[in-house]
Amino acid sequence: MDNLTNEQLERYSRHIILEQVGGIGQKKILDAKVLIIGTGGLGAPAAMYLAAAGVGHIGLVDYDTVDLSNLQRQIIHQTKDIGKAKIESGRETINEMNPDVQVHTYSEQVTASNIRDIINDQNYDFIIDGTDNFPAKFLINDACVLLKKAYSHAGIIRFQGQTMTYVPDKSPCYRCVFPTMPPKDAVPTCRQAGVLGVMGGVIGTIQATEALKYVLGVGELLTGYLLTYDALTMTFRKIKIPRNKKCAVCSKNPTITELIDYEQPTCSFGA
Amino acid sequence: MIVKVNGENLELEKSLNVTDLLIVAKAEQPEYVTVQLNGEFVEHEDFAKIFVNDGDEIEFLYFMGGGQLG
Repeated sequence: MDNLTNEQLERYSRHIILEQVGGIGQKKILDAKVLIIGTGGLGAPAAMYLAAAGVGHIGLVDYDTVDLSNLQRQIIHQTKDIGKAKIESGRETINEMNPDVQVHTYSEQVTASNIRDIINDQNYDFIIDGTDNFPAKFLINDACVLLKKAYSHAGIIRFQGQTMTYVPDKSPCYRCVFPTMPPKDAVPTCRQAGVLGVMGGVIGTIQATEALKYVLGVGELLTGYLLTYDALTMTFRKIKIPRNKKCAVCSKNPTITELIDYEQPTCSFGA
Repeated sequence: MIVKVNGENLELEKSLNVTDLLIVAKAEQPEYVTVQLNGEFVEHEDFAKIFVNDGDEIEFLYFMGGGQLG
């Protein structure tokens, strides 16, 4: 139990008692660096569980401010935080939860020109995609493939969710499954179509679980599978996904070798 | 003949191509669905050419956004 204080031994005792974690595993968690892009429905619960688990460095990327309509699901933000920058609200919640965690904040939207710097800022071990739009999702995927970073993709809408984990050179990437982005407005966002508040809790917590498993090196990651969840029928399905030999970014002969900014979707769903 | 679509049995009177299967199986926004047939991706340009047969397992994979602006 080298390097763990008495307080840490007690705080993380339910981790340390686990055969797959132990004191060594908890130390790995305390040394881990996880970047969470988007502190909304998915990123909020992911950030809170990772903070409680003692992930030593948590990066939060968001440029938005807390809105009343966020509070039905974005549980890292409270009523008192309305109008505050989400990264600041997130930082305050995490600081109150666990003083072991250093929070790094990035008040910007991820773009082709800044995402490398953000990921490299703390040389993050694992990235959680908690974004709600396809330009960001494709950018995060392509950046993680090019920078050889493991990451968790997820999406939620209405009563449904999906998630998959990417590990460089070992598993299919998001673009293997979805080669090109849907056109503007073709696929609605939560803002446009609604989402049951708990969906982000279920899927975001699975993303946090994958981050912890990756850091600990235990179990089987959600690599090579797309996990889908339908809350109405309470059905989880784990769909095996092959690598796409023609994938534009992660195949042997990629056509995407540089990051580019994709056009942002516009809202026409009466949001 | 019976095929399995997203884990559920679907009875078909005859073999259909993927384009028609998407309609019969009521896929949402079929033009943006990724289709897997027996574990392999089917490219969109092949949807009209590829037919499903008895016992085939088909997955419709949908785009899902959600989360938050980042």
